[in-house]
Amino acid sequence: MITEQRVKTQTMVQALNDALDLALSRDERVLVFGEDAGHMGGVFRVTDGLQKRYGESRVFDTPLAESGIIGYGIGLALAGLRPVAEIQFAGFLYPALDQILSHLGRYRHRTRGRFHIPMVIRAPYGGGVHTPEQHADSPEGILAQVPGVKVVIPSEPHRAKGLLLAAIEDPDPVFFLEAIKLYRSVRNEVPDEYYQIPLGRARFVREGDRATLICYGGMVEVCRKAAEVAAREGVEVEIIELETLVPLDMDAVLESVRKTGRAVIVYEAMRTGGFGAEVAARIAEDALYYLEAPVLRVAGWDAPYPPFSSIEHHYRPDARRVLAALRQVLT
Amino acid sequence: MIRFLSDDGTPTGDLPLSETELLRGYRAMVRGRLVDDRMVVLQRQGRMSVYPSFRGQEAAQVGSALALEAGDWMIPSYRESCAAIEHGLPLHQLILYWRAHPAGWHFPQGLRLLPFSIPIATHLPQAVGVSVAGRYHREPWVAMTFVGDGGTSEGDFHEALNFAAVMNAPLVFVVQNNGWAISVPTHKQMKNTKIADRARGYGIPGVVVDGNDLVAVWYAAREAVRRARAGKGPALLEAVTYRMSPHTTSDDPKRYRGEDEVERWAAKDPIMRLRTALEGRGVWDDAQEAELRRSVKAEIEEAVREANASPEPAPHEIVEQVFAEMTQDQKWAWEALRDH
Repeated sequence: MITEQRVKTQTMVQALNDALDLALSRDERVLVFGEDAGHMGGVFRVTDGLQKRYGESRVFDTPLAESGIIGYGIGLALAGLRPVAEIQFAGFLYPALDQILSHLGRYRHRTRGRFHIPMVIRAPYGGGVHTPEQHADSPEGILAQVPGVKVVIPSEPHRAKGLLLAAIEDPDPVFFLEAIKLYRSVRNEVPDEYYQIPLGRARFVREGDRATLICYGGMVEVCRKAAEVAAREGVEVEIIELETLVPLDMDAVLESVRKTGRAVIVYEAMRTGGFGAEVAARIAEDALYYLEAPVLRVAGWDAPYPPFSSIEHHYRPDARRVLAALRQVLT
Repeated sequence: MIRFLSDDGTPTGDLPLSETELLRGYRAMVRGRLVDDRMVVLQRQGRMSVYPSFRGQEAAQVGSALALEAGDWMIPSYRESCAAIEHGLPLHQLILYWRAHPAGWHFPQGLRLLPFSIPIATHLPQAVGVSVAGRYHREPWVAMTFVGDGGTSEGDFHEALNFAAVMNAPLVFVVQNNGWAISVPTHKQMKNTKIADRARGYGIPGVVVDGNDLVAVWYAAREAVRRARAGKGPALLEAVTYRMSPHTTSDDPKRYRGEDEVERWAAKDPIMRLRTALEGRGVWDDAQEAELRRSVKAEIEEAVREANASPEPAPHEIVEQVFAEMTQDQKWAWEALRDH
């Protein structure tokens, strides 16, 4: 049994801060940086206090230039360091897309292993908290299309800490997207100690036999709510949380879909061309004959994430829309 | 503009390099020229699909590269084959690289040279990171990176200069201003008349050197490297030179520039200029020239043989080395490709 002293109830922000703290203390090659990530501790305070503890050479502010930040990090990684870069919002990654698409995931491949990029890029993503325009994007589908990079999206503090520590140890570049909505709204028990949760494994969040909800990040709590409502009506729904989009663990998804025969994929990025399409295609490839209903996607509409706060909740999937999809696959 | 050799090669005064250094630089330029010639022939023979010649830029590249030490890093863009071999890239590997053979892309362990970067200026912010990394390893290395006149229009050039300045990076930016960004002349690329002035906007010293004068380039690059190693931060070197060849073997420069311009620059050939200076000192003659060319050609032919001996890559190598460990999908693809 884990004793009380070794476990804390933490928010996502605290657990992530803890993970960075441990990584910095264990390995002096680890460097943490980004816009406002140094002295101020980041706009969401994920790097709070780290500069004070580890000094300005290991935890630092950078100029306000995303391509520069990621390019700089790639250079540090090429020369044997372990950069952990913060991009202030995932929607601000776009100036760095050339670095990401042309370089980040290609160095190992184009140098046949002579060089590799053990770099983590953290970025808050997603909506639900009335952020200003351009602050609520979910670009995971774009990132998942980049060869040679991994994409991780946690949904709760305990998992986030272990996954971030695994990402920092990973020999290849990892995007670590953190749902803004969950930063302070979700808490659970997080061990104080250093631990890793392996990347690339989906997990069962809830057991059920009537349908499978497949989700990640900010959509996990939405699916939980929907599943609870369904359960009150006597319908047990299974929830699979992908956690790592690349490399994608389809075994858990297929196992569940073969059991339930019904699948709904929930994500908040724009529906068309989104990551849900990839999951749906794979279900069709490997579990078509188990299906009792078409695979559905509940996602953002085919429009930019709305900068209109009072109606943004109509864009981001909620339990009501997930339940509607469940009804559709169950009838 | 810093220069020590006049257009015809006559020294304008005392030279800041020793005779040994002058000879070393000359040999390296001739080697570069002969390698370049051979690469173009290989391309014409269908032994590589595309090759970007550096003809005319030998002084700019050799002079810069010679300023580095073995422990220093070089981060080249695609036209820096000459600088790369001077920094230690084996010739057979250069051939395989431009032949797009995987064996050419794994540069030797220990050689601090990054692969040639194609997307313009994107390697520059990386060069800043590479240079600063030495501080964490407590190694006093310096990095040198290259970009062309056209590349200085890219955002990454400006982000890199600013990062380098803020981080006080031990990095030397070498801008080879060869007059042309494929078909666009420098005056359509920017309003500045000196690219070196762009450095000043970031608090970085920028100097203009005659890029076809090996003595000037080496001298200025060495000063910049010394300065960087002493912790005084980055510097930018604008080497004014000329691209004598097409942009690549796929380009036809007759569509955008006149022969007269090419001829004017041919008269300022960097190799010819230094040879004149060496001959004027009585330390170089036709016999030495012939011997140098013979030995370099033998070296090149040996490298061509070695490159040709490299077995053709297997299709499944495509999905290797994407990650440290193959994903399930890659394993599946690997097997499918193996049976192709």
